[in-house]
Amino acid sequence: MQGEITKPLITTQTAEGEIDLRAKKRPGEMIVQGFLFFCGAVSILTTVGIVFVLFEEALVFFRDPAVSLVEFFTKTMWQPKIGAFGIFPLLLATLLTSIIGMMVALPLGVAIAIYLSEYATPRNRSILKPVLEILAGVPTVVYGFFALSFVTPILRDAIGKDTVDLFNMASAGLVIGILILPLVASMSEDALSAVPRSLREAAYGLGATRLETALKIVVPAALSGLGAAFIVAISRAVGETMVVAIAAGSGPRNFASWGDAFKNLALFNPFKSGETMTGHIVRISGGDLSYNSIDYTSIFAIALMLFVITLTLNIISQQIVRRYRMRY
Amino acid sequence: MEDSRLKMENGSYPEGRELQRFVDRRQLTGQIWKTVFLGATAIGIIALMALLYNVINESFGYVAWQNTVEPAALLREHYGDASAPATLEEAPRADKVAMLKANISKGRARALAETKALEERTDAELVQLLTDEVVKPRIAATWTLVESIFDKPAIEEAALQIPNSTLEFRNWVNRSFIASPQSSKPEYAGVRTAIIGSLWVTFIAFLFSVPLGVGAAIYLEEYGGSSRAAQIIETNINNLAGVPSIIYGMLGLAVFVRAFEALTSGRIFGVVDPTTANGRTVLSAGLTLGLLILPLIIINAREAIRAVPNSLREAGYGLGATKWQTIRAHVLPNAIPGIMTGVILAVSRALGETAPLVVIGASTFIVIDPNSPFSKFTTLPIQIYQWTSRPQPEFQHLAAAAIVVLLVLLLAMNATAILLRNKYRRSY
Repeated sequence: MQGEITKPLITTQTAEGEIDLRAKKRPGEMIVQGFLFFCGAVSILTTVGIVFVLFEEALVFFRDPAVSLVEFFTKTMWQPKIGAFGIFPLLLATLLTSIIGMMVALPLGVAIAIYLSEYATPRNRSILKPVLEILAGVPTVVYGFFALSFVTPILRDAIGKDTVDLFNMASAGLVIGILILPLVASMSEDALSAVPRSLREAAYGLGATRLETALKIVVPAALSGLGAAFIVAISRAVGETMVVAIAAGSGPRNFASWGDAFKNLALFNPFKSGETMTGHIVRISGGDLSYNSIDYTSIFAIALMLFVITLTLNIISQQIVRRYRMRY
Repeated sequence: MEDSRLKMENGSYPEGRELQRFVDRRQLTGQIWKTVFLGATAIGIIALMALLYNVINESFGYVAWQNTVEPAALLREHYGDASAPATLEEAPRADKVAMLKANISKGRARALAETKALEERTDAELVQLLTDEVVKPRIAATWTLVESIFDKPAIEEAALQIPNSTLEFRNWVNRSFIASPQSSKPEYAGVRTAIIGSLWVTFIAFLFSVPLGVGAAIYLEEYGGSSRAAQIIETNINNLAGVPSIIYGMLGLAVFVRAFEALTSGRIFGVVDPTTANGRTVLSAGLTLGLLILPLIIINAREAIRAVPNSLREAGYGLGATKWQTIRAHVLPNAIPGIMTGVILAVSRALGETAPLVVIGASTFIVIDPNSPFSKFTTLPIQIYQWTSRPQPEFQHLAAAAIVVLLVLLLAMNATAILLRNKYRRSY
């Protein structure tokens, strides 16, 4: 930039004549950089695409005279055939399966993480971590098969065929728990391992046992990381599709009214079938779907809801990490 | 844990035996919890074992075959009681043709004759036809592997209840299962179409996402720095990685299948294929999965690029190389093993993905192998989903067998990734 003013400084005299030492304009470099920027921008386009598509179709859905935004959030029945579009039954099923899943994955995942980071010898770790990685790499449809053909029969034998339906949310929820277990375990372990050794040594030096060190020093120090892991896991459980599509049932658990829903707490029964948001989208789009039908636009409204929920959870998790991360 | 604090009594801490008891108690609590943590880890391993056990258990086992029409009855009917040959093979050719014609509908006979006149067919072909069209062996009952090993007498007894049945130990993951296309009859159904579909789809996802993903990673690591644009892209990628896969399916359905239908069905390339289903093609599926694994590839590739030490870049610049020359000749070659590992992991994710493909409308029943990006398709996971959703036990066995095939494919890919990682691992 200064070149124009102080020209003598950036040329040099040699036997062959004057050589310009200023940086050359290199169009090739610019093109490459432009292309690489474009590659990065594709991810932005994807996000914009997702948001645009979901909003556009959801807007068509809510403009439909048969649908009202208020009823969408307050009605307790989802039955497109009779024009009942209340998201509650689908949301309820999603919540139930996710909560059951978290009840499995949270305690187990944290316990595994503590074992791996505080107790296991390097040899044990090198065996256990690949096992978790294998669990994490198994396709979700396989977990769906596992839920339907292994967990459901066990539940039905143990609790009774009258109580437990062939398709039920308990089985789907349990298997979702197993499915997100590796995620919880490995994210928690990362958080625990990030706590510096000096804190542990100090605790040992004061005479604390291994357990006391783990629970009173390491876990509190890693709390933000653990929290982030839980929230990411919830988000994953909410978005999980194949397990619930296969094992939880096909048909929303509808209620005529709120009173009906809370009678005998029928809405919380995990042993009956139900349909989650994701399960519903898969079932509807699996059939022949006409672009102009309300079925088509309705699944976009559900997907928008799902997207908002998972995005919120993910952002909260990132915020936790950013705001509460301890620096050592 | 509440009493892990030493209590003061009469103004002084306990000593001697009392102190020893206190320490012992804490040690014991520690031991108990250690067992609990170990137990949790064991449960994780047991879950994996149960999953594998379940799949293997359903993939092998006894089946009872039953003929729809017994060959003996067929022969008796044709010859009368006296001079019937013992088996279908031994019957003279003319009799085989006659038996065939007598037992299939006129329309079917015409259809068969159109391919090749019945009289011109060889003996072996005729026996095959008789078996397929008339005898029609089918599986009447199935058992799991564990039942087959530990409960053989009960199986034999149950098989006796099925008239004219024969027991056979069946490996559901057999060669014909891998080589046959889909069929509505579980005895003949296979996964060839699904395997080829899966390969097509993941290949397109690979072609689409690897250049873009690696390019984005290079931009973020080497050019972006801490610029505002780079930060936005980075946050965006982290968020995209957390979007449920089914949402990508919705994106693919609205954009690739519907909006770009002319492109994804191949119409603008002049492909006029009556079987392509309105953009629900290999190409749409591949692009959708490509977008799905893009964040994964970017995140992994960034780590690989970051691991290349700065001294290499400085050396490049010191020799007068431009930025891109340095990246191309020094950074990328050193980062390639790491990038490849990430790519393989991402592609194996694409291989196992089901929900987005169901949403964009993969065909559930096709018997023709996909042969271009504009073909209809099905994939292994979708096939598994379909079979799992059917109540008949035969289809559960088929689903398990397809899972075995899928897991073997995934295992092969992951093993490659690990080998690559170990072979090219460098420390600087």
